[in-house]
Amino acid sequence: MSGSVVDNTVSSGNSSAAIPTDISGQILDLDEDDDLEVFSKDTTLTDGSSLNASMQTSSASMINQYKFEEEEEDADTKDIFVTVDNPESHVTAIETYITYRVETKTTRSEFDSSEFEVRRRYQDFLWLKGRLEEAHPTLIVHPLPEKFVMKGMVERFNEDFIETRRSALHKFLNKIAEHPIFSSSEDFKIFLTAGSGELTSHKKQGPGFLSRMGETVKAVAAAVRGVRSRPQEFTDMQEYVEAFSQKISSIDKVTQRIVREQKEYLEELKECGPTYALWSQSEEELAEPLKNVAGCVDKCCKETDEQVKHLNDHLIPVLHEYVLCADTLKAVLRRRDNIQADFEAKTEALATKKADRDADSKVLSLAWGSLVGRSPEEVKQQKQQKLKGEIKEMRDELDKTEDRLEWANNALKSDWTRWQKGMRTDLRSAFIDTAERNVSYYEKCLAVWESFLQSQRTDAEGNGNVDFS
Amino acid sequence: MADSGSEYIAVIGNTDLTPSESENNLKNTMVEKGTSLLKKMEISVAEAEKRTGKNAVNMQETYTVYLIETRPVDAASEGTNPVPDSLWRRYSEFEQLRNYLLVTYPFLVVPPLPEKRAEFVWHKLSADNMDPDFVERRRVGLENFLLRVASHPDLSTDKIFYSFLTEENGWKETVFETGFQAKADSRLKALNATFRVKNPDKRFAEMKHYGDELQSVISQLLRVRARAADRLYGVYKVHGNYGRVFSEWSAIEKEMGDGLQSAGHHMDAYAASVDDILEEEEHYADQLKEYLFYADALRAVCRKHELTQYELEMAAQDLTSKKQQREELATGTIRTFSLKGMTSKLFGQETPEQREAKLKMLETQIEEGEELVKERNGECEEFVKSAWVDIERFKEQKDHDLREALISYAIMQISMCKKGIQVWNNAKECFSKM
Repeated sequence: MSGSVVDNTVSSGNSSAAIPTDISGQILDLDEDDDLEVFSKDTTLTDGSSLNASMQTSSASMINQYKFEEEEEDADTKDIFVTVDNPESHVTAIETYITYRVETKTTRSEFDSSEFEVRRRYQDFLWLKGRLEEAHPTLIVHPLPEKFVMKGMVERFNEDFIETRRSALHKFLNKIAEHPIFSSSEDFKIFLTAGSGELTSHKKQGPGFLSRMGETVKAVAAAVRGVRSRPQEFTDMQEYVEAFSQKISSIDKVTQRIVREQKEYLEELKECGPTYALWSQSEEELAEPLKNVAGCVDKCCKETDEQVKHLNDHLIPVLHEYVLCADTLKAVLRRRDNIQADFEAKTEALATKKADRDADSKVLSLAWGSLVGRSPEEVKQQKQQKLKGEIKEMRDELDKTEDRLEWANNALKSDWTRWQKGMRTDLRSAFIDTAERNVSYYEKCLAVWESFLQSQRTDAEGNGNVDFS
Repeated sequence: MADSGSEYIAVIGNTDLTPSESENNLKNTMVEKGTSLLKKMEISVAEAEKRTGKNAVNMQETYTVYLIETRPVDAASEGTNPVPDSLWRRYSEFEQLRNYLLVTYPFLVVPPLPEKRAEFVWHKLSADNMDPDFVERRRVGLENFLLRVASHPDLSTDKIFYSFLTEENGWKETVFETGFQAKADSRLKALNATFRVKNPDKRFAEMKHYGDELQSVISQLLRVRARAADRLYGVYKVHGNYGRVFSEWSAIEKEMGDGLQSAGHHMDAYAASVDDILEEEEHYADQLKEYLFYADALRAVCRKHELTQYELEMAAQDLTSKKQQREELATGTIRTFSLKGMTSKLFGQETPEQREAKLKMLETQIEEGEELVKERNGECEEFVKSAWVDIERFKEQKDHDLREALISYAIMQISMCKKGIQVWNNAKECFSKM
């Protein structure tokens, strides 16, 4: 196992190899000396219930775990189907809120039955997301729709808002269900199957407020400390995420602007049809073609209206999701950095302690010892014992942290690839969908005007208009 | 659809007609109307040029001149293609020509000139008279005006019109000599005066009402259309931003890069396509504008009828009152109030000699009055007859032209849709490669 630790740090293409390789050399020594178990289940990190059973195996197999195979998510291999629908509002004395029906159909053995139906509110989704993030700080959780839309003064109980939110929640759960790690989460299972009472009591378990505070403090401390030698690939990831975040936000804004302009165009166009109709009332020969044109313009208005709606309901939500994803990615990278910072800090501390131990075998403590009336040998023995104990503790702690870091890095790397694939698929199909819709829009308008031409042609022949020779 | 072989069918069948092609179709229609003028002469306004010179108050000014080219029809068909006769004219000279025609043929619906200033603009178009797009559209409008006049059965025979086309120098003097300017001024005054007609011809009253409605509805349509064009421009242009962002984004992606980059190019093409689309729509707007101004000419004819009718009624009224006066004088009864009557009451009756003299004068006046009434009546009837013929002709022309305009509008929409389909299909293919 230690061999693979070295491999990993080297293969990550680390240019500033100063600390890792030095440390790994020392770790090698210690491992051989102290015969420690390298990996142990660390219950302070995560809520036990959300730990995957496979995490108990050695890290070697754990690393393999994270090399997600080429996932063919065929309908055949999919064994869990989740739907979110049927929003209902609930009124209590204190508040009004919306619940959504969550229906699950599955063939998985860990579920007691094959069909479940529960009602969940937004808070419950938030809870689930939080749990998954806590359990897997460097895995990428698909974003939830935002708490409250401020722009455009959308009411919480506005129909469109509820539908948009429902659709996003549906996507969220499906992304979780598709994820190899998340979908096995106990919290996820409970979310899908528990009655509301059961869920409430389950929510109360798990790391309490203080432990979560502890984690936050640690994270802040680590963030302040900073990372000394981030592996290149994570730096690359960070650069990518920065750029991606900008681009996807731009595209989101451009699309929203297009929707605005289209709506304003529609407003003006809506006045054209009635004007042609008004004109037709003053005419005799021209009345029919004018009325016809009025009808055509009105039909095109309808098509434009639907095209705008499609843009709003399909492309914009997807873009918005990925804007939020960019933020998620940034957070994940930060958390990974924090873990590494923690590891680096502990490594430094251990090195310092060891230096102390070596330095202590010199004169200084002997002098002190003679003052308190102990023999130099005694003092030296005591000091050495004490240091040995401390060093062992720190080594244990360091090993745990190192494992944690390695685990986090591998998890992130695999999930990153997975995320990129997903992003590519989602955005590609959203853009294709939009392009198809636009083609369809133009095709429909084309048909409208061609039928007008057709009618004029028939008219001309019918009236036997000789004028147009 | 059975091919009846008529050109009209061919026009609709070909939905890829460009504006210049449909413009040619209109010209062909006018030419084939076959006035004797157009039978022997091809007319066009070929070019426009900027000039600077001193104006009436001796200040430097820049103005545009337009090249009128005329060419004998036979020569062109012989295939020799000689150099056409040509001369330069400014817009103000066209205005003079039109004013001359208006006063000389008040019973005709005189074709309008293209607008003096750009109206119903949307933001992209400049309202500046020197703007090249405006000048170009005006050139087309002026040519259209000349062809309209040349294809009119009466107007095409006018000598002043002919010399406008053929005589560079001296035309101004010739036209001034007709004294049209004075007539134009008085005509303007008369048309703007308010008066009440007792018995207008019903058809003319209806026509005037129609002219009002036509003017109002076309104005509204042009306004709405301009606003919609403005918005449509915005929609297309914002898509250009996709092009830029996709290009930047493709730089950070590996597999998605190519697809994004090429999709971005199509978005740029889409954004750029709106310029052509809206230029074609301007052509449609110009066709509507011509009839907006035609509506004015139509109203002017109806107004002129009212004027002649009014003058007839005035003359008749005057005659009636004179006859009444004669009767009173002859019978000695005073039925109508007259100052003479009052004063004679106050200051005593007139002498028989005085009465004799007065009667004689009245008789003369009545004779003259009857002549006048007959004359005016004749004028009125003449006017109604010729004007109504021209109005009927105008109605047919309007129905035909506007119908063609609506058809060309549909063709434009179809062309726009086809372009859209192409661009988005291309984009879709690029997205598939992402």
